[in-house]
Amino acid sequence: MQTSLINKIVVYAVIITGALLFVFPFIYMILTTFFQGTNTLPKPEQVFSVKVNFANYITVWNKNNFVNYFMNSVIVTSVAMVGSLFLGALTAYGFARFTFPGKELVFRIFLLTMFIPGVINIIPQFVIIKDMGLVNTYSGLWLVYIAGGVIGNVFFLRGFFESIPKELEESVLIDGGGNWRIFWNIYLPQSLPALGTLAIFIFQGTWEEYFLALTLIKSEAMRTLPIAILMFNDKYSTNYGQVFAASMIALLPVILLYITFQKKFVQSGYNEGGVKG
Amino acid sequence: MPDSALTPDTKQPPLMRKSKFKLGLKQWLTVLPFVAIGFIGIAVFVIYPMIRNIMISFQDYSIMPNAANPWVGFDNYTKVFQDPNDRFLIALRNTFLNVAATVPVNWFLAVFFAVLINARFVKFKIAFRTIYYLPIVTSWIIIALLFKYLFADGDGGFINFILHKQLGIIGEPISWRNNYWSAMIMIWLFHIWKTVGWGVVIYLAALQGIPKDLYEAADIDGANAGQKFWKITIPLLKPITLFIVINLINGAFGFFPQVYFITQGGPMNQTHVIPSLIYIEAFQNLKFGPASAMGVMMGVLVFILTYTQMKKIGRQRMF
Repeated sequence: MQTSLINKIVVYAVIITGALLFVFPFIYMILTTFFQGTNTLPKPEQVFSVKVNFANYITVWNKNNFVNYFMNSVIVTSVAMVGSLFLGALTAYGFARFTFPGKELVFRIFLLTMFIPGVINIIPQFVIIKDMGLVNTYSGLWLVYIAGGVIGNVFFLRGFFESIPKELEESVLIDGGGNWRIFWNIYLPQSLPALGTLAIFIFQGTWEEYFLALTLIKSEAMRTLPIAILMFNDKYSTNYGQVFAASMIALLPVILLYITFQKKFVQSGYNEGGVKG
Repeated sequence: MPDSALTPDTKQPPLMRKSKFKLGLKQWLTVLPFVAIGFIGIAVFVIYPMIRNIMISFQDYSIMPNAANPWVGFDNYTKVFQDPNDRFLIALRNTFLNVAATVPVNWFLAVFFAVLINARFVKFKIAFRTIYYLPIVTSWIIIALLFKYLFADGDGGFINFILHKQLGIIGEPISWRNNYWSAMIMIWLFHIWKTVGWGVVIYLAALQGIPKDLYEAADIDGANAGQKFWKITIPLLKPITLFIVINLINGAFGFFPQVYFITQGGPMNQTHVIPSLIYIEAFQNLKFGPASAMGVMMGVLVFILTYTQMKKIGRQRMF
């Protein structure tokens, strides 16, 4: 049955309005980054009459050790991402392929902890890192990021791992390979879409993480990007053009990753193993 | 477990059958190389912090080196409730308000937009999905800065500019973050705008799993769009709806950046939620004991909430 033209127009009107509501603030933000220098709140008329220029981006990039903070974030995020992926995959492999007494009980206890809001744990995590003498080191930050993320990542990966056909293992077993070879040669390559999706989630989560980084890292030179952006906002509270230029620079890697890979994303949780096309 | 028959340990010939305990031990030893690091990490940085948090809540805790940190029983808990400004109780009230205000709106918008985008004739579905998902991939801090900017005081703020100067709906520009209700509304709008795309994407995926012939059969029976929505789409989406609503409740329950970055709890600590209160109490006021006590109480609350939800879901595969 054909949908009537009026219905089509109404539906399109509604979803385009929705899309505009989501996209407009970003456009307004981008326009503001072209707004030049004065130390007052840019008025809407002014924002809509800006000319495209990258002066604020250049200023921000060279100011306030911004490059330094950007690189700090790159280091913190890449190590945390690789570590989390590896540990998550390894632990998920243990849960997916092996049977051991108490497996489901342990898994359920782990899942329960996922519902406790992370902020509650920040105080004791800070105390533990302090006791280990790792305050103000990236190692401390990595430990909390990687170990704190294991449960969620295992939860995400386990379903995908369990959907890998057992027959695939036979080739490795015939060659005399063991559990490690099965992990490396079968499970990791077979679940690349899931691992890739998870990698992007971890990247985003770590890249924008604020509270732990603020709590554990005390020296200004070691701060990460999200804190640097807020420092911009404090120090130059009235220069909106610069604040949002800094935000856009921080945002760009994440948005590019999503737009590039979004067709390959897998959906997690409720239909595990499903690969979204 | 159906897959147990395929794991290496149970493939052994009956000759080598061992006692149940020995078999279990052997299974643990086989799996341990793969899960040991993960388990240690979880124990040290997830489980132990929860225990440590409970301990700190009974201590007069100081982060100074060599502090005595004496045990003080329930002192921290009574302190939380003896607060002359009732900050904890206000934060608790706000938490429930946040759930009540955002979950229904968030749910409705998610299913509404997903169903419309999923309509057969709509083109550029992926483009719409991407746009609706943009706020999700953007960091809380940046969106918070953006919202504070859009909701700035006076006619220079975009929202005031539209509502006051352009449309004339409000008599004078609102100082959004200086009044309790306007600040709360701003926080809710911020949260909904930031998170609704998640529900849309989940629903869109779920909608693709609904067999098309159901709708065709309904068409033959002469059902209109509304009937198809209420009689086919909604019932078939029920498990997903449960999943989404539970996540929305937990998300609204765990408001933190929403409040911390927008109002910092102001005006006069009126908009705090428990997480933002905990963080400020601990790391700005350095009162770790009372902050931990609040954490324990919130943890218990979340546990009860989650436990009842899990029971409701029963043995569905999502947990």
